[in-house]
Amino acid sequence: MSSPEPAVHHHGPPQSFIRKYIFSLDHKVIGKQYYGLALIAVLAGLILSWLMRIHLGWQAAAIPLLGKLSPTGAPGNVMTPDYYLSLMTMHATLMIFFVLTTAPFAAFGNYLLPIQVGAEDMAFPRFNMMSFWVTFVAFVVLILSFFVGDGPPLAGWTSYAPLSSVGGVAGPGQGTGQTLWAVSIAIFCIGQLLGSLNFITTTLDLRTKGMSLARMPLSTWGWFVTSVIALLAFAALLPACVLLILDRTAGTSFFSSAGLVVNDQVLPHSGGSPLLWQHLFWFFGHPEVYIAILPGFGIISTVLPAFARKRILSSRAVIGCMVSIGFLSYMVWGHHMFVSGMNPFSAVLFSLPTLIITIPATIMVLLWLGTLYGARMRYTASALFSVGFISVFITGGLSGFFLAQPSLDTYLHATYFVVAHFHFVMALAAMFGIFAGTYFWFPKMFGRMMNETLGKWHFWLTFIGVYCVFMPMHYLGLAGNVRRYAAFTDNYLAPLIPLHRFISISAFFVGAAQLIFFFNLFWSRFWGAKATDNPWEATTLEWSTTSPPPFDNFGGRHLVVYHGPEEYGVDSDTLEYVMQTAPEQIKTT
Amino acid sequence: MASTTKVPPQRQIAPDLTSDGQRMGGSELRGRSRSAAVGVAQNALPAETGIWVAVAAISMSFASLISALIVRQGVAPDWLHFQLPRMLYLNTAILLASSVTLEICRHEFDLRPDFNGEESRGDEAAARAFPWLCATMALGLFFVLGQVMAWRDLAAKGLFLSSSPSSSFFYVLTALHGLHLLGGVAGLAYVLYRFRPNADPQQRGVLGVASVYWHFMDGLWVFLLVILAART
Repeated sequence: MSSPEPAVHHHGPPQSFIRKYIFSLDHKVIGKQYYGLALIAVLAGLILSWLMRIHLGWQAAAIPLLGKLSPTGAPGNVMTPDYYLSLMTMHATLMIFFVLTTAPFAAFGNYLLPIQVGAEDMAFPRFNMMSFWVTFVAFVVLILSFFVGDGPPLAGWTSYAPLSSVGGVAGPGQGTGQTLWAVSIAIFCIGQLLGSLNFITTTLDLRTKGMSLARMPLSTWGWFVTSVIALLAFAALLPACVLLILDRTAGTSFFSSAGLVVNDQVLPHSGGSPLLWQHLFWFFGHPEVYIAILPGFGIISTVLPAFARKRILSSRAVIGCMVSIGFLSYMVWGHHMFVSGMNPFSAVLFSLPTLIITIPATIMVLLWLGTLYGARMRYTASALFSVGFISVFITGGLSGFFLAQPSLDTYLHATYFVVAHFHFVMALAAMFGIFAGTYFWFPKMFGRMMNETLGKWHFWLTFIGVYCVFMPMHYLGLAGNVRRYAAFTDNYLAPLIPLHRFISISAFFVGAAQLIFFFNLFWSRFWGAKATDNPWEATTLEWSTTSPPPFDNFGGRHLVVYHGPEEYGVDSDTLEYVMQTAPEQIKTT
Repeated sequence: MASTTKVPPQRQIAPDLTSDGQRMGGSELRGRSRSAAVGVAQNALPAETGIWVAVAAISMSFASLISALIVRQGVAPDWLHFQLPRMLYLNTAILLASSVTLEICRHEFDLRPDFNGEESRGDEAAARAFPWLCATMALGLFFVLGQVMAWRDLAAKGLFLSSSPSSSFFYVLTALHGLHLLGGVAGLAYVLYRFRPNADPQQRGVLGVASVYWHFMDGLWVFLLVILAART
């Protein structure tokens, strides 16, 4: 990280195919590459979730070709409980790292952050290119685990020790698969550290004239705060992964406790602390939740005013909320460990900031709702997904109140209630943010409009579908259905099977609805209507340039910013909205 | 879409706003070339900010390891106390010396009036600074070599990576610090590669960035040594 980039590096647009599309230094190409990686990962993650839902709905169901993928994991095409866990681990790892981190943060952030602050590129284009390719290598390493040894690991995306730290003796996938997992995540950390370094430096150093911090669009604020969180979170996880790899390969005992007997074998480890891994992991893991969702906050806060045609109620309050959430995200990791045997007093200490963090989150939700109040809303697909974001975020946030309290969490921990909670508040909210961003910025990125009718169908089917999938999981959790179980081993779980089948069918439905999105994405890319420079009549800098922007973003012009990012519905004779670059004086109401 | 009055797609910015020297880009920056120097922070290398961001991340990584060390020592009866190899103190002296040579290098690289009162020429400054930069890199490499010798010393006593959690942390911390220091040597090599006869301000900037990192690695090592001496 020490080799500095020269301040002024003259490079024209590259001519060769490889420099232009593969090893490109252009932040716009890198952003699209990240988006493409996220698309591949989300498809894989979606298919894995389907496989799991088939198994949960119909335990004896044979899934064609699954036996080909893993002869030991699915003999006769019926998956074993171990293989179910492997699929779950890979679903979570792919989705959290390679979709929810790459798409809203790395993809949109890379494409839009430099344009929104009026820069020609990121501060360190070479690091930026490395960031993507390192992340890509991490992806390949992770996927490799499907095809080597006993298949993918089964310790979950949290990879709790000692299951994750003792090696192949712990079960199928815990040999090579788990090592590949740890290596992949370590590489991923490096990629995201390079990305965060770029985001922070670009935001601080490369803003164009007049672009004060207060005039930065809220989406840029979202990416900026996220990059600060990501910088520290991934920096904490990286050494933890190194220690885990050493426990697995070099015989150290950081996390593996003494006297372990696994599968009738006495293990040689001495006195390691499995709780240490949990602390290190969740010190990263909780901020990671906000890495996934904070860009969504920013995207929604930028997209909503553009379609509500009014300013967000208080953009300063939104910025303050994002910053305080980012700060608090480092003080709450213990709430994932209430039942780990930690001191009950520390549980209270972690519970308190967890409840406090709901205050900025609630303020933000109220500001969004207040922005909608009395607005003459333009209900495009992007606007619908923004409103949907608020809905799923509230739903997921409400169950957070229950889980934040140690006494209630003791009962609800590791049940489907938790699955419902984090899918709503993190996964779905972040996905809705990604969709809102995609429909909003697709015209800028590709110069063509996405089909609005298909977009609205996509929204309504997805919106109804996800509630059908995840709402019943609250009841499963309250009924005591423990998550990660591949089978219904107890009699009291048997009455829940019909509900599981309903969830499975809803999941197939939601997945199928995403085909509309994929079709829309690829069809519009080539045959969509040509986009104008500013189809949404939005005000931020990316709409002052062509769609798609030229290689240096503004065609050699250096923009000067005169206004805040959301001058909509202004009181003026000639203008309903004012671009950030417009020199007119406007009356602010 | 409820349409309203359109804003003209793009306004020409008044020329007086663009003639802002470095910030708006010099004449050579117009056209299809692009510059990362256009922005709020005038005359600043982005790397001057970026290096502090990197320092923050690396500090976080080592803080994570140190906290793991403290927790691991607290929970376990298998913590083996051992004496640090004496070699380490010599290595520390070497590393501290390298910081001094780097500062001398930076001092020599500054353009300053010579005894005739005339501003010295850039190539002279570069020539004066060159040996000190090489010395710094050499001392850095000596340090890493010394760390490897300290490892061999420990191994000869039968303390390996997996012998005890204390030796595990010793090897991990020294190895990761050594790797980061080699990164610093690479950074200085890059400065050397960019040494031109005319010592322009930008080269001094690059040298400054590299030295921030170098001194940080120096301080980090002293911190690690204190922790290791107290704990192992």
